[in-house]
Amino acid sequence: MPPKRLDPREFLSTTRLVVVAGKGGVGKTTVTAVLARAAADAGLRVLAVDLDGKPTLADLVGDVPHLSLTAPDALADYLETHGLKRVAKRLAASGIIDVVSTAAPGIDDIVVLGKLKSLERSGDHDLIVVDGPAAGHAITFLLSARGLLDTVRGGPIRTQALDVLEMLGDPTRCQVVLVTLPETTPVNELVETAYALEEHVGVQLGPVVVNGVDAGDGDLVIPDGADPALAAAASFRNARRAMHHREIERLSDALAIDQIHLPHVVTAGITRDDVARLAAGL
Amino acid sequence: MARRPPASAPEPVLVVEPVATTAAELSAALGAAEVVVCCGSGGVGKTTTAAVLGLQLARDGRRVVVVTIDPAKRLADALGLAGGLTNDPSRLDVDAPGELWAMMLDTAATFDGLVRANAPSPEQAERILANRFYRNIAGALSGTQEYMAAERLHALHDDPHFDVVIVDTPPTRNALDFLEAPGTLARFLDHPLFKLLMMPTRRGLKVLNVAAQPVLRTIGKVVGGDVLADAIAFFQAFDGMETGFRDRADAVMALLRSDATRYVLVAAPKRDTIDEARYFAARLREATLGVSALVVNRSTPSFGIPDQAVGRDTADPVLSALWANHDELAAIAAAEHDQLAPLVADVAPAPVCWVPMLPGDVHDVAGLHEIRRLLFGPDRPTG
Repeated sequence: MPPKRLDPREFLSTTRLVVVAGKGGVGKTTVTAVLARAAADAGLRVLAVDLDGKPTLADLVGDVPHLSLTAPDALADYLETHGLKRVAKRLAASGIIDVVSTAAPGIDDIVVLGKLKSLERSGDHDLIVVDGPAAGHAITFLLSARGLLDTVRGGPIRTQALDVLEMLGDPTRCQVVLVTLPETTPVNELVETAYALEEHVGVQLGPVVVNGVDAGDGDLVIPDGADPALAAAASFRNARRAMHHREIERLSDALAIDQIHLPHVVTAGITRDDVARLAAGL
Repeated sequence: MARRPPASAPEPVLVVEPVATTAAELSAALGAAEVVVCCGSGGVGKTTTAAVLGLQLARDGRRVVVVTIDPAKRLADALGLAGGLTNDPSRLDVDAPGELWAMMLDTAATFDGLVRANAPSPEQAERILANRFYRNIAGALSGTQEYMAAERLHALHDDPHFDVVIVDTPPTRNALDFLEAPGTLARFLDHPLFKLLMMPTRRGLKVLNVAAQPVLRTIGKVVGGDVLADAIAFFQAFDGMETGFRDRADAVMALLRSDATRYVLVAAPKRDTIDEARYFAARLREATLGVSALVVNRSTPSFGIPDQAVGRDTADPVLSALWANHDELAAIAAAEHDQLAPLVADVAPAPVCWVPMLPGDVHDVAGLHEIRRLLFGPDRPTG
């Protein structure tokens, strides 16, 4: 029984923080931009957030408000708001932050999550969409709060971790959207990640986004005696559509989670206009 | 949530047979290599490429070991190893005159070995290995994974059992740290905090007194006193081991910069992966290391030029759909070539090998052989 395709707008108004995660190359940033654009077009006050400091997401979302939130920025911000403004600069300048985050791994992640939590709490946005870390790191990123509770037994970081855990456990505040391509390895990895997130993090999974689906209206018919170049192109296309169909079925069997399908865009590089079109087509 | 693992997909049928025009150049580029480093961003098929190159070199009669440090364990997937890979190489059953071995880098275990080898006494080694700060470093310090990969690479290169070591770098921008990884630890040892922590040891101060210093007191306030005490204890236990680590790092660095090491860039025709590959090419150039080959995975194949007699303007809806499909794929292929042009120029005169997007995913040895034939040309008939 394949899970039903979901109306994404309905989902986007059920929670306030959406973390988009998936392995490299699946189009995580595109999906983040499309969700942000769709929510903004539906009248929500949206904030799109990237964690890598690269300009890609800002380009794709166009006039949707955007924030670049890197770990060093978040840590500096954290120290300032905790009355450590004077030392914040000195710590950053001496590179001691690297050593601190090694001493208690996850501190850099927790300050980022903490910042997201205060954005979520501020009430300034109806929805915050975050272009999260790649799949492998998504688990450690979201697990950082729990991990730190074991390492850090007191102080402001512990309080922060507890607050973040509370947010992660509340589906009305935060959900994770996993992204995949309709191909074998990405689907396998998505399924593994989904189980790991559910078991170890306890965060609610929103719909799964299958990106780059070449759906088409059934197979192209290749008549006898067709031109060989046309026939080869058509059988390539048919084989790829069949694979996409098969992988979507397999994903549906493995995970009873709603799916959102984004169509394959005929281009080698997605643009802002493509994002707007994809969002309108949801 | 359903608890069923996904069933395996039926075997894909390959419908593309492009000519491997760069086969000879690629073979020549890898000819006398003793180390091959595959680099590129995540999701471009880097692990698969590493395995395919290994397969070809094994067919050329060489004894090859492929080291993956990709945490997604995809090499195991691609090679169909159900039991997964371990930190020791295991031999794969491939039909080749040479040998193909594969292993997954265990960063922490490799680091433990290095500490044991360099510690002045077993007691000091154990003290370090048991330290919580060390356990965190061994798994998580940025650059540690790359450094341990380089370390393992060096050890395997010295192992007389192997002719070639192929390394798959991690799927992040940090992959570039691989080049500098051996220097990373040395830099860490030169870190101001390290010096700050070591100084009092040399004056015979105890952990508690060190922790009382103002900077450290502040850090302690944020992260908690226990964390800080662990860190200080680690740095103190590490005292005296810097020289051994630095010498080893120099030897690894020399190997990475030697003529025996080749760099293969792996990319896909997508803007972000091309940007990463160009960045990597620039870094290699800065280090005066050349790119030996560029492998472009998942490119849209070209299907030849249709006979115009059948006509694009046909009224036949079936034929017109075939034309539309052909033109759409041709437009994508052209756009991809345009996007890749700057990267191709960056790596010139290295051969550029286009591996077409296959209708199926590669997740077994048969799939690796298919790609190998696309890269290196069809197998010569035997007998």
